[in-house]
Amino acid sequence: MTEGKEVEILRARQLASSLALPIFLVDPHGDRLYYNEQAEAVLGYRFAETGAMPALEWATIFRPYDEQGKPIAPEQLPLMIALTRRQPARSTFWIKGMDGRERHIEVMAIPLVGQAARFLGAMALFWEV
Amino acid sequence: MTRVVLWGTRGSIAAPGPDTARYGGNTSCVEVQGDEGTILLLDAGTGLRRLGASLPRRLRRVDVLLTHLHMDHIQGLGFFAPLHDPHVEVHIWGPASVTQSLYARLTRYLSPPIFPVRLRDLPRLPVLHEVPAARCDIGEFCVSTCLVCHPDPTVGYRIEAPNGVIAYLPEHEPALGAKKFPLSRQWTSGYTLAAQADMLLHDTQYTLAEYAERVGWGHSAVEHSFAFAALAEVKRLVPFHHDPAHSDDDLDRLYAQAVATLKPPFNVTPAMEGAVLELGGGR
Repeated sequence: MTEGKEVEILRARQLASSLALPIFLVDPHGDRLYYNEQAEAVLGYRFAETGAMPALEWATIFRPYDEQGKPIAPEQLPLMIALTRRQPARSTFWIKGMDGRERHIEVMAIPLVGQAARFLGAMALFWEV
Repeated sequence: MTRVVLWGTRGSIAAPGPDTARYGGNTSCVEVQGDEGTILLLDAGTGLRRLGASLPRRLRRVDVLLTHLHMDHIQGLGFFAPLHDPHVEVHIWGPASVTQSLYARLTRYLSPPIFPVRLRDLPRLPVLHEVPAARCDIGEFCVSTCLVCHPDPTVGYRIEAPNGVIAYLPEHEPALGAKKFPLSRQWTSGYTLAAQADMLLHDTQYTLAEYAERVGWGHSAVEHSFAFAALAEVKRLVPFHHDPAHSDDDLDRLYAQAVATLKPPFNVTPAMEGAVLELGGGR
């Protein structure tokens, strides 16, 4: 039987799909669950084409780097900080989208804690600066 | 044979009167009777008062499974005879909030000025269980819960009986936010509870036109419920939680039209107060 997503995650996706902000959702393991249409424009790829993806894969696929051009380790990305430390995190850095375009983005990430303190993953809001 | 007795089928507020006499005016309350004498009560709407009076005198335990604490699902508690009988152990299962326990939330109704009798003044305190919780056995039933899409903490129930599965989602808006409903099984609220159930009691409060004006209120249009039931591959859909503004004639027309148009691959038995449904098939 297919396991359904937790209702808080369903609602987070509903929220993401109705906002104009690019939003990225991951599960407690950091595996990507969903990103909205606005995020597709920034990341350069459609969710329907990439689908769900393990944490290590998505964290490196966009090749994030800092203002000096140095690669950023996955564990230093706001979304990974929100996941591992379970606290909000914010950062500005560069990515190379899957369409090959380089983008300067600002990211804010928050841990998602559901009813009965269940840890459900994290959500990142980001936009080009 | 597991029997499902419908004591209240109306949504939102009790709606007694000549126009609603057949489908009934009492709010959500369903009795599930097991072969071995276990009795589960699904929600405690106004139908609970009559139900309480009908229970066998020898009964020593009864479990009330609340989906959420909106008034139309708990109003019957104050008038539930077993709560005033020290010989009956009443177990109440329901969702806590992120800030308040189930006990604290129930006392908001069961205390003055809303109600004259405090929960703590009952002759025997009910045993409270917060959900969602791990699967558990209650008598011959195995009960699973999970949060579903509805304002405020709300769960649905999946009850596995020796002879079949009942899914109970009386207030549920799985179509919320979906551009095209249904989405995949994984991304549909309540799917796991309803999957391949023998009997699904599901919210059918609105017509599509009414739903368009009430998106986010936590309910389904009839068409959404049919689509949800098809996605979950249930054997029988029991349209439930009728809008208080819908008369018997409206409901006859609404469900006949839905069956004729949508040609569902499952049986449809619109919920009528007083109906007794039997659960068949395998577990």
